[in-house]
Amino acid sequence: MARLNSPEALENFRQEILSKRDPKTPCISICAGAGCIASGADEVIAAFKEELEKQDLTADVDTKGTGCPGFCERGPVVVIYPEEICYLQVTPGDVPEIVSQTIKGKKVVERLLYVDPATGEKAIHESDISFYKNQERNIIGSNIKIDPKSIEDYLAIGGYSALVKVLSGMTAEQVLAEVKKSNLRGRGGAGFPAGIKWEGSRNAPEPIKYVIVNADEGDPGAFMDRALLEGNPHSILEGLIIGGYAVGAHEGYIYVRQEYPLAVENINIAIGQAEAYGFIGKNIFGAGFDFKVIVHQGAGAFVCGESTALMTALEGRVGEPRPKYVRSNIKGLWERPSVLNNVETWANVPLIINKGADWFTQIGTESSKGTKIFSLVGKITNTGLVEVPMGITLKDIIYKIGGGIPGGKKFKAVQTGGPSGGCIPEDQLDLKVGFDELTKAGSMMGSGGMIVMDEDTCMVDVARYFIHFLTDESCGKCVPCREGLRQMHKILTNITEGKGKAGDIELLEELSEVTKEASLCALGKSAPNPFLSTLRYFRDEYEAHIKEKRCPALSCKELISYYIDPAKCQACLICARKCPAEAIDGGKNKIHVIDQEKCTNCGTCFEVCPSRFGAVKKFSGEPVPSPIPEEERNISRKSKEK
Amino acid sequence: MSEILLQIDGKEVKAMEGMTVLEAAQGAGISIPTLCHHEKLEPFGGCRLCIVEVEVRGWTNLVVSCVYPAAQNLVVRTRSEKVDRIRKTILELLLAHAPDAFELQGLAKAYGADKDRFEKEASFCIHCGLCVRYCAEVKKLNAVGFVDRGVRKEISFIPEIASKVCWDCKECFPLCPTSALQAAYVLTQALTSPPSSKTGSGK
Repeated sequence: MARLNSPEALENFRQEILSKRDPKTPCISICAGAGCIASGADEVIAAFKEELEKQDLTADVDTKGTGCPGFCERGPVVVIYPEEICYLQVTPGDVPEIVSQTIKGKKVVERLLYVDPATGEKAIHESDISFYKNQERNIIGSNIKIDPKSIEDYLAIGGYSALVKVLSGMTAEQVLAEVKKSNLRGRGGAGFPAGIKWEGSRNAPEPIKYVIVNADEGDPGAFMDRALLEGNPHSILEGLIIGGYAVGAHEGYIYVRQEYPLAVENINIAIGQAEAYGFIGKNIFGAGFDFKVIVHQGAGAFVCGESTALMTALEGRVGEPRPKYVRSNIKGLWERPSVLNNVETWANVPLIINKGADWFTQIGTESSKGTKIFSLVGKITNTGLVEVPMGITLKDIIYKIGGGIPGGKKFKAVQTGGPSGGCIPEDQLDLKVGFDELTKAGSMMGSGGMIVMDEDTCMVDVARYFIHFLTDESCGKCVPCREGLRQMHKILTNITEGKGKAGDIELLEELSEVTKEASLCALGKSAPNPFLSTLRYFRDEYEAHIKEKRCPALSCKELISYYIDPAKCQACLICARKCPAEAIDGGKNKIHVIDQEKCTNCGTCFEVCPSRFGAVKKFSGEPVPSPIPEEERNISRKSKEK
Repeated sequence: MSEILLQIDGKEVKAMEGMTVLEAAQGAGISIPTLCHHEKLEPFGGCRLCIVEVEVRGWTNLVVSCVYPAAQNLVVRTRSEKVDRIRKTILELLLAHAPDAFELQGLAKAYGADKDRFEKEASFCIHCGLCVRYCAEVKKLNAVGFVDRGVRKEISFIPEIASKVCWDCKECFPLCPTSALQAAYVLTQALTSPPSSKTGSGK
């Protein structure tokens, strides 16, 4: 393919692609994102190809492995166009039926449709599914429509038109003004206004500048950046090139974590295609602007998502943060002005250029504009990626989109903002999602992780878990973070193991203050948040652990005991057979009893006891009733005799 | 480089543009405690002991003086209740590793730090990085480095380099505020075969 040297050439080429594509031709889109691949999407794609060949339909029907549409809970997701029929949890065995029924017979395969758990109604189209219906999918919505390995697909949905608009008629200052006007704030965590960051770099005297994509997504349970890089890499490239033009940078870097092999593959393919078509390289569209992009793979350190550590790593040194009292947009990579933005921030740029800052600012709250992608995980019915307008309430995300808490359990808290975010309790669920709103509630937006917790979750243990994660990921350069977190982790572990002492809470508070105030980088400065926010809203749980040696959520292993309720036990032998410690005494028609001395609190009996019996109980902070006497353990089964 | 005036602990202090607050204070005879600072080395900002309060546009911020640039009219306070409290906790955290280090004991006295506050983790190293950075920046030898990260981070001599260059140098030894460095060196020595001549194992 020859380079497209002018806006007209691109437009002609786009028309050429569209003219070859009949919108009425059936197209089977199968999510080929990492989540769906793990659920067998590759096999489903292969099965479709085979079946279409078998039925001699290859020429009439397109198949496409696409980006992730977000409904990972129900993958592999298949959408059939033009009708937009959405099938969930499709297996290779379903494929012949889909081809015969839907493609040939134009009939819907009912059993593969989404059934609304609340109403029992079936949803035929993607847009009818409650999970999608309440979202505003400006960014992630394109994923299911394109093959991320095909630049033609991106061009067909209008890709690179923002770049054309910029290079054919806007000055760098105009681009900057538009992005500033949009009040786009960084999606990576801090929420710094992108336009102001860009302007600082543009105005810095040093002539060589850089633009960088931060794709070192490392928060537990967060995968929105992966989905964008894997699913729509050109949108990020387009944003980056526009950013380079606005800032005056001719080099862009993409720092992507090594653990995202498909994202690395797809972005590299995208760069190769963009170079071949002339969107990257010398004199782009004949506008006199040169730009190149370099992909750099991380080596597995969470802290490299921090701006200065990321830039140090790009320079080829150990990825540790460096002190910054001069912002990196003035003095960053190789001491030169460097604009670092998150994947999602860059993906917003082409939209803002195409649709305008006024369109963008219509969405959202006073201080947080546009949409935000969250990864909704944990104790939630619909796990997946959700893109919502800023200002939506947490309640709407969790209940309307997420479908609430599974298993009839009660909601307890939602953790937002990644490991150094905070937990928000039920009475704050009407909170509007936005940068400042979440910070005020003691949490943060972060990069968009959202972990839902139910009544079985112990909040002290949650704090311990996240502090452990951060202790593990601390680079160890500065004392407050390395040593402060080490001690905090020890104390929290002691509390969850029933070894908490009076004064522990105060000591944790003191360590939090030092870590927050004196740490070198944002990792340490925000690391005490999981403790501080759980203490703020769940202080009673800390006190129960310390004073009464009781875990109110019945979750901390060292603080609970298991007991079989003799009135409910049906002597089914299941728990006795499964107990790995051989701690259950029981025989046929004999009520089972746990030997507390032998019991290791693994919880197997609790899990395997049939729910219709529900005989295994947990106790915490109170003694387990003594076992019933041997002679009372026999069950006589009158009704069961055949 | 032009001369600037700033205020440290109520005193007018002259400094040159490009200096750090720590350098400005030291120039005026005002002492700020440090553990990882060395005049021959690039500022590191690791021990955080030199933390001070500065007033910027009416806001009081805590900053680390070894890396914070001195600026015209900047108001600096090297001691405050908060600064002292943070220094005390930092010292207590370090004393869990090196309870007998002379330098730490002196500072502990000044800030009322209790060496037994935290459970001992006697690794001796407090990760000031003086040895690592001196070897890299001044000697350009990189014979000693950090390995691993976070709470597992340690200093370690690189036997292949150390066995050739350390015998005649050992300039890092007096820099170590604890005895960790010598211990690491002895360990490395034990692991490598001694050189055939005084100048190293040749090659």
